[in-house]
Amino acid sequence: MAGATSEVLSAVPGGASSARRRRRRGNPWRRPWALEGFTWLYIVWSIVPVAIAVLFSFNNGASQSTWQGFSTKWYVGNSVQSVLHNPSLHQAVVQTLKLSILTTLITVPLGIGFAIGIDRWRGRTSSSLNMVMIFSFVVPELLLAVALFLLVTQLLKFLTLGTTAEVAGLVVWNFSWPAIIVRARLVTIGKTYEEAATDLGASRLSAIRRVLLPMLMPAIFASAVLVFASTVDDFVIVEQLSSTAATQPMSVLIYSNVHGGLQGPALNALATIMLFFSLAVALVGFVAYRWMTRGERSQGATQALTGIAGI
Amino acid sequence: MNGIGTSRDRRGRWLWIALAAPGAVWLIVLFVVPFYAMLAVAGGGINSFFETAVPTWNPLQWSSANLSVVWQDIAGTGAYLGAPALRTLLYTAAATIISLAIAYPVAYFVSRYAGRRKALMLVLLIAPFWVSYMMRMLAWIDLLQQGGFVNSALSFVGLSGSTDWLGGKSVTVIFGLVYGYIPYLILVLYAGLDRIDGSLLEAARDLGLGRWRTFWRVTVPLSKPTIIAGTFITVLPMLGDYFTNQLLSAAPGTTMIGNAIEGQLQSAGETGQGAVVSLMLLVVLLIPMTYYALSTARASREFA
Repeated sequence: MAGATSEVLSAVPGGASSARRRRRRGNPWRRPWALEGFTWLYIVWSIVPVAIAVLFSFNNGASQSTWQGFSTKWYVGNSVQSVLHNPSLHQAVVQTLKLSILTTLITVPLGIGFAIGIDRWRGRTSSSLNMVMIFSFVVPELLLAVALFLLVTQLLKFLTLGTTAEVAGLVVWNFSWPAIIVRARLVTIGKTYEEAATDLGASRLSAIRRVLLPMLMPAIFASAVLVFASTVDDFVIVEQLSSTAATQPMSVLIYSNVHGGLQGPALNALATIMLFFSLAVALVGFVAYRWMTRGERSQGATQALTGIAGI
Repeated sequence: MNGIGTSRDRRGRWLWIALAAPGAVWLIVLFVVPFYAMLAVAGGGINSFFETAVPTWNPLQWSSANLSVVWQDIAGTGAYLGAPALRTLLYTAAATIISLAIAYPVAYFVSRYAGRRKALMLVLLIAPFWVSYMMRMLAWIDLLQQGGFVNSALSFVGLSGSTDWLGGKSVTVIFGLVYGYIPYLILVLYAGLDRIDGSLLEAARDLGLGRWRTFWRVTVPLSKPTIIAGTFITVLPMLGDYFTNQLLSAAPGTTMIGNAIEGQLQSAGETGQGAVVSLMLLVVLLIPMTYYALSTARASREFA
């Protein structure tokens, strides 16, 4: 998504609709005020509730709707219920980070290899594998989670419920991000550079390593950011594949405590920490992506985004 | 020369296979095999002592015991699966129509009229994408609770301020589904609408069509594939959703098919039935999933 943002930002036209005024009645270029108002209302509706939830994580009281002054007690201060001191909240943060890092480290290399291999190895097997990969993207998450739960409990019992099964499931659920995005970028790059390298005496492998991979860097980076952020967010797969409280990440902990259990602004604090992880990764991704694609007019990420959307 | 080329290609081919293999193995073992395990559990039996599922791996020995139990739950006396199934369809349909009614105008405005503010608006449209689903639901739980802002605002304008929004209301669940999945829909619609060639619209105007007729007769037909793709991208996850309604209602009167599956998997002796219901849902979704997968594959081929 970070990549998409930068593409989009650089693709804004210089206010094409602004200029021409027509004297005729019913000027076709007049601003549609109602539509504009509606759009802003939507934006407010989509963002303000989240902003309020973040605000109440700093509430100096136990209420999520009455403001009682600013405090960081739900993060560090309170010796029982703050994220820092409560073992289950603390544990959840660590588990989320662990899952996100492990999943990203496994998924991205697997996806890159798959994308390059499938793109170059043209045949019936490779296009079937490609369809399997796309199906893993469109299948509803609950069905995949149930299937993985049955696999882990009935067949591959060495993948015990808990961190092992969670990572195995998260990798397959996120696999399509690098596979689709890197493949889209591969197609725009074409084979020319690689052929030039092999004509100049490089082996296939070193042509990939020294020519292709550097050119794929923005796509690799964008997909790593997406995999990390979507693992931080993930709920269904980890909920089905976690075992004890010790393997529950933040999303599952919030879900299971909303109705009873740990309540109050501590949950808001936990959700705010999740938000912080995602936004930090998005920001790093955005800046790095812009730096990597400086001076380039490629549309790689936009194409990847629309390709994923199936349009 | 030709011979050298072929041998190099052949060696190259092994390189490509080797590169794709780790990912392919992972996909097969953890995506294809799990669904086979689901079939084996659905066609298997139950250990009557431990009440655990006993999968049958040989397709020739699959029994229909679980299937007939599920069939009784759907159509027999004391059936309890019909209502959640119907409710899932109604909630998904309502939430999808509302989402389209909100998302299309927003995406249309940003793609065509936002002008200098386009970049800012896009960042704001993408922002919810980075906020976790749980966070967005938690935000509304805060707002909708008994003493929350929504009720305060309602009593401020003179309406009843004591509605129990989170006590099992269909309206709240549909609202939650809309709020949860609309950011994805807007991005898909935006991407599609932004690619419509502006000169086609100008041509329509030059040929004398008014603003509304240009919209209905040019823009809407041109954005039809986008609307279909956007509908799938919201409908598929909504049909498998169980957490939105668990968070915003948790009442038996609003359960969806996802909740039924989750409940069956967690109660002893019903694992096989959960597998049957999951497979039924999968069969129903196979057509939209295939359409969506094929159009994604076509789109990625067209880049070339």
